[in-house]
Amino acid sequence: MNTNGTNEHILLNGQPVVINGQKNLLELIRSAGIELPTFCYHSKLSVYGACRLCIVEIDGMGVVTSCSTVPTPGMVVHTHTDQLRKMRRVFLELLLANHHQSCTTCDKSDACKLQELARQMGVTDVRFPSIPKEMQTDTSSPSLVRDPNKCILCGDCVRACSEIQGIGAIDFAGRGAGTVVAPAFNKDLGEVDCVNCGLCASVCPTGAIVPKSEIEEVWKAVNDPNVTVVAQIAPAVRVALGEMFGLEPGVATTGRIVAALKKIGFDKVFDTSFAADLTVLEEATEFIERKTLGKKLPLFTSCCPGWVKYAEQYYPELLPNLSSCRSPQQMFGSLAKTTLPDQLKVKPEQLYVVSIMPCTAKKFEAKRPEFRGPAGADVDAVLTTQELGKMIKQAGIQFHKLTPESLDMPMGFKTGAGVIFGTTGGVSEAVLRYAHEKLTGTRLENPDFTDVRGNTGILSKTLRIGDIYLKLAIVHSLSNARKIADQVKAGNCDYDLIEVMACPGGCVAGAGQPVCEGGEVIQQRAKGLYEADKTLQLHKSQDNPYIQQCYQTTLEKPGSHKAHEMLHTEYNSRKRLCGSAINLSEGSGDGKLNVSVCVGTGCYLRGSQTLLTQLLDNARTKGIDDKLHIKATFCFEACTKGPTIKVGDTIIEKCDLKTATREIDSQLKVHA
Amino acid sequence: MCSSCCNAQQEQVRRFEKVCRILDKHQHNPSRLIPILQEVQKEYRYLPEEVMAFIATSLGISPAKVYGVASFYANFALKPKGKYVIHICEGTACHVKGSGKIKDALFKKLNVTTENNTTPDMLFTVQPVSCLGACGLAPVMTVNEEVHGQVTPEAATAIVDEIIKKERN
Repeated sequence: MNTNGTNEHILLNGQPVVINGQKNLLELIRSAGIELPTFCYHSKLSVYGACRLCIVEIDGMGVVTSCSTVPTPGMVVHTHTDQLRKMRRVFLELLLANHHQSCTTCDKSDACKLQELARQMGVTDVRFPSIPKEMQTDTSSPSLVRDPNKCILCGDCVRACSEIQGIGAIDFAGRGAGTVVAPAFNKDLGEVDCVNCGLCASVCPTGAIVPKSEIEEVWKAVNDPNVTVVAQIAPAVRVALGEMFGLEPGVATTGRIVAALKKIGFDKVFDTSFAADLTVLEEATEFIERKTLGKKLPLFTSCCPGWVKYAEQYYPELLPNLSSCRSPQQMFGSLAKTTLPDQLKVKPEQLYVVSIMPCTAKKFEAKRPEFRGPAGADVDAVLTTQELGKMIKQAGIQFHKLTPESLDMPMGFKTGAGVIFGTTGGVSEAVLRYAHEKLTGTRLENPDFTDVRGNTGILSKTLRIGDIYLKLAIVHSLSNARKIADQVKAGNCDYDLIEVMACPGGCVAGAGQPVCEGGEVIQQRAKGLYEADKTLQLHKSQDNPYIQQCYQTTLEKPGSHKAHEMLHTEYNSRKRLCGSAINLSEGSGDGKLNVSVCVGTGCYLRGSQTLLTQLLDNARTKGIDDKLHIKATFCFEACTKGPTIKVGDTIIEKCDLKTATREIDSQLKVHA
Repeated sequence: MCSSCCNAQQEQVRRFEKVCRILDKHQHNPSRLIPILQEVQKEYRYLPEEVMAFIATSLGISPAKVYGVASFYANFALKPKGKYVIHICEGTACHVKGSGKIKDALFKKLNVTTENNTTPDMLFTVQPVSCLGACGLAPVMTVNEEVHGQVTPEAATAIVDEIIKKERN
C-alpha cells in the first residue's frame, strides 16, 4: 500500500512493486533495491536521457530509458534481459572508444563512474577504434582543470551549473561529433563567469573536470628544511576525509588528521574553526551595529568565496550589504602571517600556510590580490579534502592505524560554534549564539537554535531575541541566492541577516570533498558536525579563551581599527567575460575623442543602451561624429553607479545625456 | 578625414543601433534567440563575439548558452565572412556530377582551405554545403543569392574572375 492508500503497482522482473509517488521509473526501480546504472541522471537536475544506460524493457513499449518514463500501474518491466545487458555494454564501449583512456594517470581514477560501470557491466574489450583528436587541457582556472578529451557529454556539469547555480558558465558548443562542453566563445574557464564552486567537478562521472591539485607545491614546502609549514583544517574536512579510508561519512577524524599531517611533515596543525570563532565575533559585531544603528540591512554573509564572486559579477549594487569580514580561511591566514613568525621564531617569508578545505573556490580566494601581505599570500596553498587523502596515501600512512593527536595551540582551540560553520545554517546559528548574549545582556543557557537547521533551499525564519525581532534567511545554492538577492534589490523583503552558501548543503557538500552520491552522505556529514559541537566543552565563540586572548594581545576589540585592517576586506564589481568591446567607430588615436559606454549588465539595466543611442544621434545632429570614437564596452567595473561612460580619460558614473554631452563638448573644445 | 573611414564608422554605428532595434523588436525574449541571431547575422555577415555577449546580457541568459546555439547551426558564422559567399553543393547528385573538382578549382584559385575559407581581402568565402536542393541542375553552386547550375571548374573560376573584375572597377 502506498501513501495514497491505493495499491497501484508495476511488475518488476516478475515481482510487484508499489508505485509510491516516484516521478520516474528509475526512482521506482531504485526504491525496489535495484541500482540501475546511469551517468546523466541526478535527482536534483532535470531529466536528460542522454547516456541510455538506465534502459529497461517494458512489455508493449519495448526498450526505453527509465529516467524519462513515468511509471503507470500495470507496467511489466524487465531490467536485465540479455538484450539490455548487451546494449548497455555496447553503449559503454562506444563511450570508451571516444574517451581518452589514460586511466592509470587520471586524477579521477579512484572515483571514476565510467571505469566503475565498465567493470560492473563486464566490458572487457573495446572493439571500436578510437578517433584520436587531442584537445587542449584548460588549466587557466585556479580551482579547476578541464580536460575535454575525457568528456562523455552526459551534460551533468552543464545542467548543474545552470540549474543549481543559475550561472551557465559552461554549455554544449558545436554539433555532432564536434560537440564539446565549453565556456562561452571557447574561452578558458578562468576568463569567464565561473565562480569556482566546482559543482561541475563533483557531478562529473569522469575526469573531464577535476579540482586543480596543489599537492606538489605542498610537498615541496614540507620537504624544504628552511620552511616552517603550518596547516589549518576546515570544519567540513574532518567529517568527510574518513570516507577515503573506508570510514562512514560523518565520523569526525580530527585527531587522526593531525597525526597524519605531523607524519607528513607539517610543523604545526591548527583549526580553521578557531578563525570561524573570530569571524562570528567580527560578523556579529558588524551585524549588531547595522541593526541597532539602523544602517544598511540585510547583511549577507561573506564566508563563501563562490557566493562572493557571484555577487561581484551579478549584484554589484548589493556589495555594500555583504559583510566586510574575510572568510575564516583568510582571517586565519592574516592572523598566522602576522603573529606566528614571532611565536615560532621564524622569518615571515619562511612561514608557509596551507589550508585544507572542502572547497575548490577557496583556491581562488587564497589567490585574490586583496589577501596578500608583505610576506606574500596570506594562505600559500589550498588543499582539498581529496588532495589531503591523496597525500596521506602518497606518504604511505595507514590512516586507520593512526593514534589521534591534538591540535596545536592557540589557534587549534575552537568552540562548537566554529565547527558548525561547515553546514548550511551553521554560520547563522553561530552568529545567533553571540548576538543573543550581546543583545539581551543575559547568558544563553541552551546554545542550540534548531530553527535555523535543515536542508531547505531557502529557509526563512523570524526569531525573537529579547525585544528585538530578527528575520533571517538561510540560502544554499546560487540559484536560490539569486531569488533572494532579486527580492532584496526590488525592496520586497525585510531580512536582517542572509546566509549564503554556494554548495547545496553548505561546505560539507563542497566540491573538494570525497566524491559521493550526495543526499544522504551530505546529511550524515552535517550530523557529524552537530555531534562534534555537542562533544566540545564550549559552544559559543565569545567563550573561546584564546579568542579573548587574541583580542587582548593583537586585535583590541571586535570591529576595532586593527581588526578591520587584519580581518576585513572590500569587494569590487567584476567583469564576467574577458575582452568583448563593440567598436562603433574605427581608428582611435588619430586625434579623435574616445567615448566608451558600458553595456555590461549593471549599466545595461540602468539604461546605457538608450544613452548610447542618444549619444550617437546627438553626435550626428551636431555634426561632430567624425571627431568622436564611440565604443560600447564591457565594463568599467563600477556597476553600482551605472550607467558609466568614459570620455577621453574621464570616467563619469550615473551618467545621463546632458552630463555626457557637456563633457564631450568641453573636451572637444580643448582638443580644438 | 578619408571618406571610407567615415563610412566605416557610420556603418558600425548603424549596425549596433540595428542590433538594439532587433532586440527591442523581439522584446528581449530569450526564446527568440535564434531569430535574433539570424537578423543580427544579416547585419554583420557573421556573429561577432562581443555582439553575442551583448545579446546574452540583454536577454538575461548566459553567454555560453548563446555561443552554444550559435555554434550548433552551420548557418551561423562565428568568423567574418567575405562579401561573396560561395556555396558548393556536395549532395549526392552534385557529387556524382563532379562537384569535388569545382571545390578543388575554387580552393586553388582563391588560395583557401576548409579551415581558412575566406580570402584575406574579405571578398570571398568558399563553403561546401550538404544539399542546395537543386539536384536537377547538378552540379550547383551559389554566389550569395545567385544560383549557377551545371557548373564546370572552368565556369566556376570564370564567375570568380568576373566578380574580381567588377570589384576592381
